[in-house]
Amino acid sequence: MLRSKTQVKSVTDTSSSILGEGVARATPAPIATRIRGISDRAMAWLFIAPTIVLLLAVNIFPLIWAVYLSFTNFRANRPNAPIEGVGLSNYSRVLNDPNIWQAMQTTAHFVFWTILLQTLIGFSLAYLIDRKFRGHALWTTIILVPMMLSPAVVGNFWRFLYQPQIGLFNYIVSFVTGIPPSSFEMLGSVPLSPWAIIIVDTWMWTPYVMLICLAGLRSIPDYIYEAAEVDRASLWRQFWSITLPMALPFIMLAVLFRGIENFKMFDMVTLLTGGGPGSTTEVASITLKREAFESWRTGRASAFAIILFVAVFGLANIYVKALNKVKQR
Amino acid sequence: MQTIKQALLGATSALVLFTAAPSLAKADELTLCWAAWDPANALVELSKDFTTHSGTAMKFEFVPWPNFADRILNELNSGGKLCDLLIGDSQWLGGSAENGYYVKLNDFFDKEGIKMSDFADAAVNAYATWPKGTPNYWALPAMGDANAWFYRKDWFAKPEIQSEFKQKYARDLAAPATWDELKQVAEFFNGREIDGKKVYGAAIFTERASEGITMGATGALYPYGFKYENTPGKYDMEGAVNSPDAVAGLEAYKALYKCCTPPGYTDAYMGESLDAFKSGQVAMAMNWFAFFPGLYKDEKVGGDKIGFFVNPKEKVAASTLGGQGISVVANTDNMQGALAYIKWFAQPDVQKKWWSLGGYAVHKAVLTDPTFTESQPFAADFLVAMNQVQDFWQEPSYAILLQAMQKRLHDYVVADKGTAKEALDGLVKDWTEVFKDDGKL
Repeated sequence: MLRSKTQVKSVTDTSSSILGEGVARATPAPIATRIRGISDRAMAWLFIAPTIVLLLAVNIFPLIWAVYLSFTNFRANRPNAPIEGVGLSNYSRVLNDPNIWQAMQTTAHFVFWTILLQTLIGFSLAYLIDRKFRGHALWTTIILVPMMLSPAVVGNFWRFLYQPQIGLFNYIVSFVTGIPPSSFEMLGSVPLSPWAIIIVDTWMWTPYVMLICLAGLRSIPDYIYEAAEVDRASLWRQFWSITLPMALPFIMLAVLFRGIENFKMFDMVTLLTGGGPGSTTEVASITLKREAFESWRTGRASAFAIILFVAVFGLANIYVKALNKVKQR
Repeated sequence: MQTIKQALLGATSALVLFTAAPSLAKADELTLCWAAWDPANALVELSKDFTTHSGTAMKFEFVPWPNFADRILNELNSGGKLCDLLIGDSQWLGGSAENGYYVKLNDFFDKEGIKMSDFADAAVNAYATWPKGTPNYWALPAMGDANAWFYRKDWFAKPEIQSEFKQKYARDLAAPATWDELKQVAEFFNGREIDGKKVYGAAIFTERASEGITMGATGALYPYGFKYENTPGKYDMEGAVNSPDAVAGLEAYKALYKCCTPPGYTDAYMGESLDAFKSGQVAMAMNWFAFFPGLYKDEKVGGDKIGFFVNPKEKVAASTLGGQGISVVANTDNMQGALAYIKWFAQPDVQKKWWSLGGYAVHKAVLTDPTFTESQPFAADFLVAMNQVQDFWQEPSYAILLQAMQKRLHDYVVADKGTAKEALDGLVKDWTEVFKDDGKL
């Protein structure tokens, strides 16, 4: 239970008066002064040191090591083979590999459509929920459910839904369009399989975008709308001139988070299609995993990972700068 | 402060004991790693005799097939100590021998009087030797296996189906002997209604991630005349891998996939094939011999309802090799125990019991026993198959070679990209790059 400031003050006053001045002088001074020889600054470092060590060990060191490996012929499944420097050869081979460009194209397609759909649907849902209609809290909870599930559960669950003979999805499509349910395969068909993954990702992560957009919409002060109404601005005008510009930084933030996440999407694609049929849905992360842990070309895989890292880092930085500009407006 | 010191001391001791405990237990304990499938259960049963005989407790680490290679190769590459004994795929031999993951067993075999001539030649060649075919032994043949077929004997025997088939194809409906016949029979059954249910022609392997489509498609490629090299050991693949015969074989596999597999059969391997057959969806299915004892015992589709046949031939008779040898992991802390297991396992009596429990022994004492071919309805086919097996590359770079083939085949067969010739030409290109990287070309 939180005490009010007045309550706290009265308790302190009471103890001072009971214990006398001498005790009052011993009231906690800064912790550091009690431990001889350790300054506040040293104490601060002591507290953050474990985190920094952990960060260096699990993030920074592997990154530097990967950069080093990317210039070598190292293969993790041949520990006894001599490691030789190969210069930029790994980078050159990665950048000239049509399979890798195909995977990048697949990733870009996937990222573009998932972000577009999730932003449109997420913002629309947030806009509706923000109207505060009757039962909106219940609907908010229901909408959030997919986001709370594990990707492994979602992947397996949708695999069954997409099953051409017993899957509910095909039966619903059949009911609506009249196409026989077993005449099409969402996961096994070249044109449909990318969309099968986009549908699942949109189903799962639209609530996340909705939540961020809802936070944006709720942050707009009511008096702005009241002023607009006084100026007889139409609802449409209010939306374009107030709602959208003021919620835009939040929308952009949601796009950034989803963009980074989907760029490295792995679990859902692996569970749904494993990159197939053929290589139709083989996104960059799956290609990278195959290169690193199935083909064991560690040097080349490291080069690919560094290229991906630089691409995501670069794009994210450009995007954050744009986001800051929008926020300053 | 004293309490804190005591607590720290206690925690440290517990930690030391906890970490030391596995190594202490190792002295009279062995861990055997293998894939999680029917024969593994038989091996657990068999190994109880070893424990009785030696006093060594057996632990087992069985990994599901789709993750088997990833999990175990990671273990070997990282110098892990999980496995003392490993029943690993034949393709791993080259890498494991050259990287020092397996113990070379020649001296041990000589010392203990274990003769490789006591085992089937094809099995020794495939499961034990590296370089392939040389007398350098890295494993003891443990589990013979090949890709073969099973069918609904009860459906084939229905008089109305028999007569309709004869009318259509002017021959009796029987287990197919060639790939042409296989396609005919599959087409005949595909879409037919049997016992009030729509059925399909055949369940074949189309899995993309691990090795499925390669193991399935080579079942067509080998009989049509596919070869890895023009001259063995020369890596001259142009004209062998992409020969007109190989192209015809790949086209035949795709034709079978397109005409006669159940809907949604785009990423199917062992489990899916068994499911399709057991659920009465397909007339025929391909799978490894290892599953046949279980299928024969199945209450719904086993017994009189099931028949077996060896992989159909076309230009030549050939089957895709499965199966594994048992190796001693060089990193083991219990070398003597592991070698003792190998010695025990190599005994003819143990091999006979192994076969009786459902394991595919390849010891000649088992295979040449006069009662062998009658011992199981698929035993005769197993003997035929083991005499015509062909295996994938066993090179240290086998994983890269396999991934390339998986991609090329799946792109062509399932995703309809390009032609069979283009797929195999692409494969030659991929494999050439790998062998150039390895300094073999």
